[in-house]
Amino acid sequence: MPPISFTVNGKRETVNVTPDTPLLWVLRDTLGLTGTKFGCGIAQCGACTVHLDGVATRTCVLPVSAVAGKRVTTIEGLSKNRAHAVQRAWIAEDVPQCGYCQSGQIMAAAALLAKNPHPTDADIDATMTNICRCGTYQRIRAAIHRAAQGA
Amino acid sequence: MSAAQINRREFLETAGVAGAGLVIGFHLPATGRGRAAAAAPFAPNAWLRIGADESVLVVVDRSEMGQGVTTSLPMLLAEELEADWSKIRIESAPADKAYINPMFGMQGTGGSTSVRAAFTPLRKAGAAAREMLVGAAADTWGVDKSTCRAEQGAVIHTPSNRRLTYGTLAAKAATVPLPHDVPLKDPKDWKILGTRVKRLDSPSKVDGSAVFGIDVKAPGLLVAVVARSPVFGGKVKSFDADKAKSVPGVKHVVQISSGVAVVADGYWSAKKGRDALAVTWDEGPTGGVSSASISQLFAQLAGQAGAVARHDGDAQGALPGAAAKLDAVYELPYLAHATMEPMNCTAHVRPDGVDIWAPTQFQTGAQGVGAGIGGVALEKVKVHTTYLGGGFGRRFELDFIKEALETSKATDAPVKVIWSREDDIRNAQYRPACLHRMQAGLDATGQPVAWTHRIVAPSIMARVFPDTVKNGLDGEAVEGGVDMPYSVPNVHVDYSLADTGIPVGFWRSVNNSYNGFVVETFIDELASAAKKDPYEYRRDLLGKAPRHLGALNLAASKAGWGTPLPAGRSRGIAVYKSFDSYVAEVAEVSLGSDGTPRVHRVVCAVDCGPVVNPDIVEAQMQSAIVYGLTGALWGEITIDKGRVQQSNFHDYRMLRLAEMPVVEVHIVPSSDTQGGVGEPGTPPIAPAVCNALFALTGKRIRKLPIGKIA
Repeated sequence: MPPISFTVNGKRETVNVTPDTPLLWVLRDTLGLTGTKFGCGIAQCGACTVHLDGVATRTCVLPVSAVAGKRVTTIEGLSKNRAHAVQRAWIAEDVPQCGYCQSGQIMAAAALLAKNPHPTDADIDATMTNICRCGTYQRIRAAIHRAAQGA
Repeated sequence: MSAAQINRREFLETAGVAGAGLVIGFHLPATGRGRAAAAAPFAPNAWLRIGADESVLVVVDRSEMGQGVTTSLPMLLAEELEADWSKIRIESAPADKAYINPMFGMQGTGGSTSVRAAFTPLRKAGAAAREMLVGAAADTWGVDKSTCRAEQGAVIHTPSNRRLTYGTLAAKAATVPLPHDVPLKDPKDWKILGTRVKRLDSPSKVDGSAVFGIDVKAPGLLVAVVARSPVFGGKVKSFDADKAKSVPGVKHVVQISSGVAVVADGYWSAKKGRDALAVTWDEGPTGGVSSASISQLFAQLAGQAGAVARHDGDAQGALPGAAAKLDAVYELPYLAHATMEPMNCTAHVRPDGVDIWAPTQFQTGAQGVGAGIGGVALEKVKVHTTYLGGGFGRRFELDFIKEALETSKATDAPVKVIWSREDDIRNAQYRPACLHRMQAGLDATGQPVAWTHRIVAPSIMARVFPDTVKNGLDGEAVEGGVDMPYSVPNVHVDYSLADTGIPVGFWRSVNNSYNGFVVETFIDELASAAKKDPYEYRRDLLGKAPRHLGALNLAASKAGWGTPLPAGRSRGIAVYKSFDSYVAEVAEVSLGSDGTPRVHRVVCAVDCGPVVNPDIVEAQMQSAIVYGLTGALWGEITIDKGRVQQSNFHDYRMLRLAEMPVVEVHIVPSSDTQGGVGEPGTPPIAPAVCNALFALTGKRIRKLPIGKIA
């Protein structure tokens, strides 16, 4: 197993794992970054969403070998002290219920706003496909609009 | 889970648990005192620790699974304590008698009981602690207590305006005798209760720091993935571990009671090991069961009299002479919970004690199985409750906890068992599938003269608390059917227990999820047969059900019932009581060109009695509506050869943001009996939507899921 190197939250990491190991489990089990969640294992729910070179990416089916040399940002690295507009908006709207899917929702929303600072409802519908079993969707939508206003 | 409420008296009698003595728990837990407890000089009861540093730690003894207990329960205590809300910190309670849910007689979270059960005890605990702090201040100043008041985490001597903070007073307050029967504040004086206090758990849930069960870390922790029988009730006949053991990272392969556990240094290795494992199963008798055979069984039982649950007047006698007769069969499928966080548990079984870290709704149960499997005394079992990534009743079960305990014991190591999503969908305790035969007779004016309801369903209680099923009647299985609120002179409700071999369990709103659909759709059928407006028809029959009526009227009014809608849209209405709360919902729907229903708007009115946090009530209604709507639109677990055919979100579909209706929640002002809010929003949504689709298409939906309308 040749070591695989990439950047996580601004820090260079080198891991020695089988190359087919999904990035999700490298983050959680090898690097101890448990903010990124396991939900389905088939890229359906989005709980495992991180930014890969700035793009929202589901990591439960992404082999770590595909990440070599790339830049990964997880929920832990999105901001210091929950300062990101999306995080502030999420708190202002009290979006989370159980909270389990919210890391993925926030990463997806942050990526959306980075590309499209003032998304319409249709843009949000098309982009925010992560599953929330608590049904916080209405507040997610409100929080994205709030974040677009600077939270 | 009102199941356990019913069972409470029996449990108290048999186990001798002093639920009634818990009005205020003025003693420290015997185990697992709060982490801050050692540093907290003032710990007047099981829920409160005040530190010299002004910290106010509230020990939350219900599981936080999204319903907001880590905010609403501290609000109760803080109101009477006159605490400075910004100083409130929270910690989850250990398993201990002090934290028994007085509505259950056991320590557990469910049945939409948390706020109701804590409403008086936590306020009393806060009031008594406040009086002790006031007493300590008065003593310090040498003044009469009556000249002092408590405010924002401090005691103030009103004449002199001297002020001492709770942190300063903590040590002395601990020496003040415990007062009894301190009067509680008049609700008009509430400062915290009834307001939109921000959730205390939100910050940790937006930066990844909240610890769910699956996130637990421990030195030397191994991860296990378990191979379970593909058929319910099947057993391991033999297995070959060679290939599994050759997977890098795999440390052990051990047989446990639910199957074979592959234990590795991480999830991915354990899962690959499980995939490589060859197990031969003895499938047992359920291997021949299919959805078709279950439907046949239901139909057969529907033709026979069941155990009588309600018998008013003479419904069978009144039916033949009715001016109009209705006769309908309703069918509902099994449903899985699909919590976002898959089942998991971490356990460390040692000769001297057991630790369990779990996202559990049932601490008493976890402690019990820990003692049984660990072979240690109950008090040697420490239960650490993490955040729950959804509960919905699934985490009242103990299967995932037993697996962690058995695997830890077999490997002599701390072990975290993690289920895949496929494991979760295929090894649940499902919302019962069921069949309902409904009959009604109307007089010449359209008024109902007879109503019969035959419920054919598997029994959750027969699995969980078999002693509560008497003479074939599961009193929980008929809830909401037996007490349907409409005034009908002749009513007959009976129940046939259908034993299918498929495990059934508590699913958000439990049996109300099916009886609510059936009763509220059938009453709509009656309205239609009577050629009456479905809202007005209900309203006229709810004369003896004022709280149903209040919720119904508010929802109808806010929804603009009777006002014109854009072409292609229609409204449907339903009202239902569960967990002592009354919820009415009006759904606005349309149909896509391919027959796909679309729900645009849901107006919800809830009467839950005194409200602790309206923002949380609204969130719970939104959540419960999404949960019920998801099931109504697509939810279906089917069985073939004793196996669940669905496996993951691609074939067990979840509602997503683009499909989310606008949900408006209106609270009925009420000082009446307090109800729960976690579940009562679920039952009315399926009938409201189906009634709206009937209004649109003229097609009555009697079988869920709705799917596409042909």
